[in-house]
Amino acid sequence: MLTFLFRRLIQAFFVMITISVISFAIQGKLGDPVQQMVGTTVSPAERAHLRQELGLNESFTVQYWHFLKNAAHGNFGISYYYKKPVLDLIFERMPATLELAFCAIILVALFATPFGIYAAIRPRSILSRLIMAFSTLGLSVPIFIVAIFLVYVFSIQLHIAPSFGRGHTIDVFGIWKSGLFTKSGLHHLMLPSITLAFALMPIFIRLIRSEMMEVLHSEYIRFAWSKGLSTNRIYFVHALKNTMLPVITIGGIQAGTLIAYTILTETIFQWPGMGFLFIDAVSRVDTPLISAYLMVVGGIFVTTNTVVDLIYGLVNPTVKLENHGL
Amino acid sequence: MNLLTVNNLNVSFHIKGIELAALIDVSFTLNRGERIAIVGESGAGKSILGLSIVNLLDKPGYIKSGSVKLENKELSKMNTRQLQEIRGKRIAMIFQDPMMTLNPVLTIGAQLVEAIRSHTRISFKDARNIAIEKLHSVQIASPERRFDQYPHELSGGMRQRVIIASVLLLNPDIIIADEPTTALDVTIQAEIIQLLLDVCHDNSMALILISHDLGVVSRVAERTLVMYAGRIVEEAPTLELINDPQHPYTQGLLNALPQMSLPGQRLNQIQGNMPALNDRPSGCAFHPRCPYATQKCRSEQPNFIYNGISSVSCFLVEDMLEEENSEEDSLDIEYATFHDEGQL
Repeated sequence: MLTFLFRRLIQAFFVMITISVISFAIQGKLGDPVQQMVGTTVSPAERAHLRQELGLNESFTVQYWHFLKNAAHGNFGISYYYKKPVLDLIFERMPATLELAFCAIILVALFATPFGIYAAIRPRSILSRLIMAFSTLGLSVPIFIVAIFLVYVFSIQLHIAPSFGRGHTIDVFGIWKSGLFTKSGLHHLMLPSITLAFALMPIFIRLIRSEMMEVLHSEYIRFAWSKGLSTNRIYFVHALKNTMLPVITIGGIQAGTLIAYTILTETIFQWPGMGFLFIDAVSRVDTPLISAYLMVVGGIFVTTNTVVDLIYGLVNPTVKLENHGL
Repeated sequence: MNLLTVNNLNVSFHIKGIELAALIDVSFTLNRGERIAIVGESGAGKSILGLSIVNLLDKPGYIKSGSVKLENKELSKMNTRQLQEIRGKRIAMIFQDPMMTLNPVLTIGAQLVEAIRSHTRISFKDARNIAIEKLHSVQIASPERRFDQYPHELSGGMRQRVIIASVLLLNPDIIIADEPTTALDVTIQAEIIQLLLDVCHDNSMALILISHDLGVVSRVAERTLVMYAGRIVEEAPTLELINDPQHPYTQGLLNALPQMSLPGQRLNQIQGNMPALNDRPSGCAFHPRCPYATQKCRSEQPNFIYNGISSVSCFLVEDMLEEENSEEDSLDIEYATFHDEGQL
């Protein structure tokens, strides 16, 4: 177990180095931050001075070395626009994004699992056909259309859900602003989390269905039937456990995709999360903020994948983390 | 009363509006404690027959007509719930590949205990004791340790032992073993076959062995059914079948055994292939491959005829039998004349 974690840590280190190179390299390619900071009225001499001060005239390697050195101390620079440390800005917004992602994952797990199982067990029933049609539709309709549709129906026509913002939040542990514990917070979570869940639901329904169908045709399921086990035991003990193994792996990778989708969702619903912050940073060429965001998301990606592998090792008896360090 | 009576069983697959017959008019009986074998090439319908006895056919396969009776219970008309009471408890099955038969994510113990507990109300502890005892009886060393292990921690032969143990848990009347040794290497094969024989003997269980290995069949079964293209073409006591095969197909199967060829010589084989379900020849389905086929074989299906020792479905045998009978008749007449004369 410890060997596994240690190896994973080393892997993670190299992954993060790679991400840092990429996220730093794009800094110089996004446009002139000085232009964005001071506008067009400032004289060329003053601009040159500012460039010098910001270290923008140094060579790429020197700049990157400075970036790494500071990053190692948790200092990713000061946002050009907000004039505050970027990491503070991101951490301030992170709870909103994580709560949104969490709710979406819960929704996906809650609905995709039973739908997928049902569609696998009764592939010819009308409900299964509806589920599959819905998932095809969900795969092909872009998420912002779904969001606009939801806003139109539930906010504008029916007035049951607010269409933007996060509602009331309360402080948990002093640092975490949470919307999960207030009525208005949960109310505001409804549409964004449903939208985000829509992005992943069809994939998971299809994944669970096809895995389950494959498992149901396996020899060990036939043997289980021949033992005279109850239908429920065969479906929910023998088949489901085997179905979920690949779903866990894919789920880990999709968790990263979910973060990508939060950018869209947050923009549409004016959700004060990291994704929204990132889009703003891009439009303002706020390069330190962009780099820091990419690093943080990369970190989340690496962490979730490690956790997923750990869980996989616990669920699948044929994988022994001690022996393989896998 | 026969333990199992299969009568005119017809099984079909319904695919895209077309009906394909997989079993045609299959009939046989099995007595308590009797061991029979079903042999034939791949695709003959052996496995389908095994599965259809406890109605485990995968869709789109279904029992079209006929009956499968366990004593006086009609199995082919039962619903899933009723069948679940029969499966495992009265009729248990062993499948071909022990590597695939056990669920990889459940422990050996869990898979044994669930089989007992789904049929009898009994505590986990008692079920565990039964399971360990049965593991012991199939010669698995340190069964307590094996109980908590997963299938991947056991070898193929060991797993087949576990499967045999799981089949024994509820002392069923019939074991259907579908090629139980095909996936194992030769030394293990012999052990597993011996084990199967022993457990059937000790518990007076009936066995239906599905196999294409006539060597194994001759060691195990008292009676053998030969299947071709969904029909039983010959049924005989195993010894008779091997020493004096009647049907040209059975003869071909026996000739194809490597023992029948000299070293370095080409192995004998039956020319051609088993027909596909959607391409069954007219008349006797074997006629395209049969060296003795006549015009009659191409157009008509021969009846299943009992000749005193075995039952065969072949015009050749039918004709021979008729000749013999007519010879016997003429002898009778001669004898009668002689007898009459003597009286005079």
